[in-house]
Amino acid sequence: MANLLEAILTRGAKSPAHAQFLRKQRIQDILVRLAQIALLIVLLAFWELGARYNLIDPLLFSQPSKICDTFTKMLLAGELHQHIMVTVVETIVGFLLGTVFGTVIAIIIWWSPFLSRVLDPYLVVLNGMPKVALGPTFIVAFGGGYGGIIAMAIAISIIITTIVVYTSFREVDKNLIKLARTFGANKRQIFGKIVLPASFPTIVTTLKVNVGLAWVGVIVGEFLVSKSGLGYLIIYGFQVFNLTLVFVSLFIIAICATVMYQAVAALESRILKKRE
Amino acid sequence: MKSRQIIRFQDVCKTYVTLNGETEALRNINFAVSEGEFVAILGPSGCGKSTILSLLAGLFPPTSGTILIRDKKVHSPSRQIGYMLQQDYLLGWRTIKQNIMLGLEISRQKTRANEQYALELLEEMELLSFQNHYPHQLSGGMRQRVALVRTLATRPDILLLDEPFSALDYTTRLRLEDLVIETLRRRKKTALLVTHDIAEAIAMADRIIVMNTKPGRIKKIIPLPASLTSKPPFASRKAPDFQKYFQLIWKEMNENG
Ligand SMILES: Nc1ncnc2c1ncn2[C@@H]1O[C@H](COP(=O)(O)OP(=O)(O)OP(=O)(O)O)[C@@H](O)[C@H]1O
Ligand SMILES: [Mg+2]
Repeated sequence: MANLLEAILTRGAKSPAHAQFLRKQRIQDILVRLAQIALLIVLLAFWELGARYNLIDPLLFSQPSKICDTFTKMLLAGELHQHIMVTVVETIVGFLLGTVFGTVIAIIIWWSPFLSRVLDPYLVVLNGMPKVALGPTFIVAFGGGYGGIIAMAIAISIIITTIVVYTSFREVDKNLIKLARTFGANKRQIFGKIVLPASFPTIVTTLKVNVGLAWVGVIVGEFLVSKSGLGYLIIYGFQVFNLTLVFVSLFIIAICATVMYQAVAALESRILKKRE
Repeated sequence: MKSRQIIRFQDVCKTYVTLNGETEALRNINFAVSEGEFVAILGPSGCGKSTILSLLAGLFPPTSGTILIRDKKVHSPSRQIGYMLQQDYLLGWRTIKQNIMLGLEISRQKTRANEQYALELLEEMELLSFQNHYPHQLSGGMRQRVALVRTLATRPDILLLDEPFSALDYTTRLRLEDLVIETLRRRKKTALLVTHDIAEAIAMADRIIVMNTKPGRIKKIIPLPASLTSKPPFASRKAPDFQKYFQLIWKEMNENG
């Protein structure tokens, strides 16, 4: 038994010293995991017991067992699918369009240095502006349905995408452009063969950042108008003072956002692995 | 019999203008290069060596004077010229094979035959087995050889080499010098090599243009004897004349005026 444990801990070792090193690292890893799980259990236990013994107000803070209960019930009754779908789709559409539109604007202003100088102050102001403040305007302009909400998600990410991607276009090594020019490249070729592929990692990274931003846009949008979605569930929960429902929604959002972020991060590392 | 002059610089001046003012990079540059000749431009940092190559490559026009290639004025980058920059500048997102095709793609000559030619060049550089690798998987010397293939793939007849070996270690450098000279001689290419390494200039060139700085001017043009130009660079370095010319050029570069 002890031998088996030792074998697992030192698996892949190249020498006794390496084995010792691996063993130490792996024990450390296991301890970290255990501590993380323990912390979660302690927090949940405090929450549960605190609510049960009225140390914290269960009406305000709900409690894990009730949240879990409500979640399973709603899930089995099929009351969640719809909301999850709506929000997830809105978010995906939002962050993809935000990234695409932002990149397209970046391409346009890269093409025309004059335009880029003209637009510069506007970008600065728009970037500094809290986009959610424009929420009501979007609802009026694009309607209270998906349109307004997706517009919200795009608005939040588009300007920063434009700025980041444009900056990376400009920071492409001038010598690579010189290289293309020595072969007689025109502007389109310089962009297509050098600037865009060189900036591709930045664009993929913005995609990752935009996932987070799109969630903010979508949830805020749903707060403002919608009849479905996780943001709507939160607002509805508050209105009927069903805080358990609010926590169920938060819990689902946390999971969906993490899954989506990890998926984009995985895509990123796959795409970038081949490069330096 | 003197062969035809393929490159001619006539009273070429270049002044860079920027917001902060202007820099006179070149003043009254006059020289000519014959077909098949290998000329080295030797001078201290900032004397305008790279500027001469960029002008010849048609990347920007001179402030005054004329640059002729085969009696035609240089306007824009042309296919007759292959430019090898100071570093390899291989594109990290392309495989070696895709990298050497860059020039062919840009000049829209990516035919079967030309692709085949590029791969043959790669084989000549003993790098064919690396065609599907990415640049970061190669050593500095290998990368520079790939850059040479990329330059030669478009079949230019004039090669501009801007300190192509400066980033390499000494041994790799000596080996590459021989390889480059052999490759160029076999294909009868005309070449202009920029360097600030006296020994490299003597080992590789048929003729050396020594430059002065601030502003960049030609100080002297020194033809090298057959004892130095007929051998591969590594052998030239051991020739008796080598030291003599080294001293001569050293003195030339270190006296003022
Ligand atoms: N794009 C530019 N704008 C303004 N000044 C420039 C530019 N390029 C070069 N110069 C200036 O012109 C002069 C000659 O530059 P150049 O690059 O041709 O020198 P070089 O001989 O190649 O130097 P090195 O050996 O360091 O490469 C330098 O003083 C440099 O500062
Ligand atoms: Mg230079």
